[in-house]
Amino acid sequence: MIILHGRTVVPGVTEGEALVSHEPISGWGGIDPMRGVIIEPRHELFGVCFAGKVLVFPSAKGSSGWSGFFQTTRLSGTAPIGMIIGRISAKSALGAVVTRVPAVTDLDADPCEVIATGDWVRIDADQGLVELTTPRPEGQGFQPSRAGVPGSPATAPGRTPNV
Amino acid sequence: MFLTDDEKRMRDGAEGAAVAAAMDLLIRYGKALDAENLCGIRNVAGTMTQPTPVKARIVKEYGWDKAFAVINLDSDGDFEVPDMRVPTCQLQHGFGQDALGVVPYPKQNIELQASAESFYGRHGVNILATCTPYQVGNLPVRGEHCAWMESSAVIYANSVLGARTNCEGIASTGAASLTGKIPCWGNHRAENRYGTHHIEVNVRVDNFQDWGMLGYFAGGVCGEDHPVITGDINVPDLTDLKHFGAAAATSGGVELYHIPGITPEAPTLEAAFNGTRPPEPVSYGPAERRAVYQTLNEIGATADVDFILLGCPHASVDQIRKAAAALDGKRLSPGTELWLMAPRALKDVADRSGYTRVIERAGGRVLADSCPAMSRAAPKGTRVFATDSAKQAHYLPAILGIEAWFGTLEECVDAAVTGRWNGGLS
Repeated sequence: MIILHGRTVVPGVTEGEALVSHEPISGWGGIDPMRGVIIEPRHELFGVCFAGKVLVFPSAKGSSGWSGFFQTTRLSGTAPIGMIIGRISAKSALGAVVTRVPAVTDLDADPCEVIATGDWVRIDADQGLVELTTPRPEGQGFQPSRAGVPGSPATAPGRTPNV
Repeated sequence: MFLTDDEKRMRDGAEGAAVAAAMDLLIRYGKALDAENLCGIRNVAGTMTQPTPVKARIVKEYGWDKAFAVINLDSDGDFEVPDMRVPTCQLQHGFGQDALGVVPYPKQNIELQASAESFYGRHGVNILATCTPYQVGNLPVRGEHCAWMESSAVIYANSVLGARTNCEGIASTGAASLTGKIPCWGNHRAENRYGTHHIEVNVRVDNFQDWGMLGYFAGGVCGEDHPVITGDINVPDLTDLKHFGAAAATSGGVELYHIPGITPEAPTLEAAFNGTRPPEPVSYGPAERRAVYQTLNEIGATADVDFILLGCPHASVDQIRKAAAALDGKRLSPGTELWLMAPRALKDVADRSGYTRVIERAGGRVLADSCPAMSRAAPKGTRVFATDSAKQAHYLPAILGIEAWFGTLEECVDAAVTGRWNGGLS
């Protein structure tokens, strides 16, 4: 088991399948919040759905609509269940807060290199820890589908929205 | 995170439930940033009136107070929204009544937005309705702490004006408007405002298009860091830097840059790097320039153009005048439409100056408040569009699923008149 140590962004505990982006993610103009899908044509995850996944990404880029778009994924049931952020910024910090999912940053290794899409990860954001409980065998990483089909509704812990 | 007695009182409800919810969001957000404290601000640029499906649903079922709580404060509470505590303006949003019949934009959005303007106007929100508040009455002074959204405005405020703001979001600007506070983190602290990358320009950059391409390059090189630009550049004007910053914030996440001798916090190259030795420069030469041009044009494949979009970020009066001059005496191809986006206050100036009439006589339109990307609206049947904005060329293909050509104002006007894209890098 691999354990990464970092710090809390949003408290809480969650676990699930990782979806790793090596490129920064754009909110407004980068995701379709109603489907939970990345829509930036030049992006490595173009057409991939992040709903119900632990989203691992190096940083947020682009418009200040970032947090609002991720808040909308929460209100639409298409949110990721957790966030592992390489380098925090105002956009991604506020985005994680209003998505209301456990989130960590400032890890002691680059999460986008250590974690691969399809890995099973547990975030203990209260302690600032990430556990890779089932690291995949070498070279057998999960290949994301590009169908853009929404995944299962997010089952994020934390406060339940009343609208 | 350290809180003053005043901030603790707000958190504990001494100023009402809405202010308490606002302070709760700021505390959650400040902790997420690992901020040490909050700082006082008196200048908020956010978005409250922009129509969205989620907002429409909440307003219909629960009203505007609830919509503000959920979306602008990230709160589940039920309370009335008090007046804005500090000066607050609305950035660009949807189209208004005057776009009916011109822009294919849902009437229910226009109605929702009119209702929002009425509600938020009563609570003290200045409806500037532009992505360039600095053009129409909200011009922060050097060193002023602000809470602004809109990446192109944030980078302008930090870099060109020397004001201090992070790239805030809907909930943080909402909370700031009711408290006059924002986490004192990132760009608010002097030690975080120095350059990190040195970009040396080795190909002449002296016009609007080239400033946009240089910005797009800088964002790609620097991500969220702070480029310092030197080399073969002219003294840029407001529109050049508006384009440069918007592009740098689009391809990367740049919120602050320095141009020694031009921008206020960098009298010299050394000062831009806090007196430390500048890093090895990254060259922006003819090859890099061509690569940026190709990237911005890689979504274009069909030379038949049906839509031309100017004014992103919202046009200056000078840009409207230039567009009018380029269109004077010409006539748009029957298959094309041309829209120029401007702040409403500057459209008023353009109307009075006769520029709007010239553009309309050619078949074009000057539109206010919004843009195709914000409102997901282009002329019916648009498949290929052309623009002079690197930012719009980047975003609109993703948002509307159309092809893009990026070029100069003159090339865009030529495409509008001929219906064909004949642009190329000079």
